Amino acid sequence: MGPLVPFIISNEFNLIIALLAGIGFGFVLEQAGFSSTKKLVGLFYGYDFTVLKVFFTAGVTAMIGVLLFGQIGILDLSLIYINPTFLWSALVGGAIMGLGFIVGGFCPGTSVCAAAIGKLDGLAFVFGSGLGVLLFAEGYPMFEKIFLAEAWGPVLMNEKLGMSKILFAFLLTAVAFASFYFTRLVENRVNGIQSKLPKDKVIMYSSAVGFAFLILTAVAITPDSKSRMEARINDELSHADLISVEVPGDKLANEIVNNYYRINIIDVRTPESFKAYHLPFAINIPIDKMSDRQWKNILDQKHKVNYFYADDQQIARKGYLMAGYMGKAENFLLKDSPSNFKKMFEVNEEPGSNAGKKEIDIYNFRKKAASDMKILVDALKNSTAPVLVKTTKIKGGC
Amino acid sequence: MKTQKYMNPYLAGFFLGLVLLATIYVTGRGLGASGAVKSVVLSTVVKVAPEHSANTTYIKTYSEEHPHGPLQDWLVFEVIGVIIGAFISGVISNRVGIKLERGPKITNRTRIVAAIIGGALFGLGSQLGRGCTSGAALSGMAVMSFGGIITMLAIFGSGYAFAYFFRNLWLK
Repeated sequence: MGPLVPFIISNEFNLIIALLAGIGFGFVLEQAGFSSTKKLVGLFYGYDFTVLKVFFTAGVTAMIGVLLFGQIGILDLSLIYINPTFLWSALVGGAIMGLGFIVGGFCPGTSVCAAAIGKLDGLAFVFGSGLGVLLFAEGYPMFEKIFLAEAWGPVLMNEKLGMSKILFAFLLTAVAFASFYFTRLVENRVNGIQSKLPKDKVIMYSSAVGFAFLILTAVAITPDSKSRMEARINDELSHADLISVEVPGDKLANEIVNNYYRINIIDVRTPESFKAYHLPFAINIPIDKMSDRQWKNILDQKHKVNYFYADDQQIARKGYLMAGYMGKAENFLLKDSPSNFKKMFEVNEEPGSNAGKKEIDIYNFRKKAASDMKILVDALKNSTAPVLVKTTKIKGGC
Repeated sequence: MKTQKYMNPYLAGFFLGLVLLATIYVTGRGLGASGAVKSVVLSTVVKVAPEHSANTTYIKTYSEEHPHGPLQDWLVFEVIGVIIGAFISGVISNRVGIKLERGPKITNRTRIVAAIIGGALFGLGSQLGRGCTSGAALSGMAVMSFGGIITMLAIFGSGYAFAYFFRNLWLK
């Protein structure tokens, strides 16, 4: 599941990705004509709307793609970088950039493209933007107040407008297509021409519009991957045979004593209950956090067997089923509740004088297992403490 | 050889969107440009004038947050890619060559001075607005960031507002 960095692709290799992304970016910008300053400023005088067409199409394409990827479940939308909102600096900074655009005829990305193919004005613009950055850095105390004012954090446009993501996507796409239509009219008027679209282009454009709305509709009406998983798990919860994968406490204790390095004991209760009491070597993964991908490394280890437990067996079962979706590890359930396990090993009442051989055997086994487990836990205190997985923060920005 | 025509803007936009989408899918964030300029400029200042940098809050914070310098910076690599990609495209379409583009009414010198001033304004604005047309506006739109979208509106809105006053730079 994306984003692939840093879990699947390392941070070093990420620089190669940067180079490749840049090559694609630069190639398309140049092909679109963004290396020409006259084409760029045409937007502001109405004779050439290429910038708007390319820019809006790109934004809408990527936006629909992000929504689609999130829906299918191949991109974790909670991890992608959302530019934080600082209201005043965004507006004032944007206004200064707009002025720079009309005076200089480029924006930073396009000036680099222009310079790359030998445009001297592009090179001058790149040099100028370096100066501008320096100016800001040196004069920072002057800008600081406005730079930091009204920090709203990573808010989304649709949240601000009080609508769902998908509805906003529909609106933005519609606005984009409408603007393409009207800018065409403006372009024709300013350039004094009466051009009519050839029939094949009309067909092509309308199918592109249709395709965009089709994907959006599909995203809107299908359940997302999370609720699909939920539905399947709930279905299996009522049908599947989960008795055969239940392991009694004695057997698990035996595994702990002999094979502690080959098993994961996973406590799917709340952190509070976990803190109050948990099985030796248990890892706490609360059931509602299980799909977080930081746990994938633990739940999906081919050479390890997972044992799930909770106070409520139904919840343990849910954890078991979810793990089945997340990885290929072998999974089991603890038949006894944790409080039962505690009673069996920590309390372990001595059998009365008229107890049978079997009861005495069980008592002796549990007594030995309890002390073995204690020794193991003490010995491995440091080496087996669950490694805290740092939640990855994706830094971004331009 | 004749210079080839530019690509259909919608098709180019579609491809650009795919590049952006792939970047978000792989790295979790969008594209950028001004950040690379920032990395190079500020690291140079730190190298050239270390004492001065230590006394300048903004540069000091930046170099503390980016201890590896521009050779480990994602955006710097990306912009190197942009140069390569644009150059390849220029070669393919036969557009490479030392050139200067300007409006019909102005001299080459005016154009260069205007480009430097415009660049400086854009550079400054992009620092204040935390990103330029690529990083804030385009990438922001793809992830529906409120900040990114209002930055975009401010850039283009201000462009239109000022266009009239600078028409002599561009029009006949």
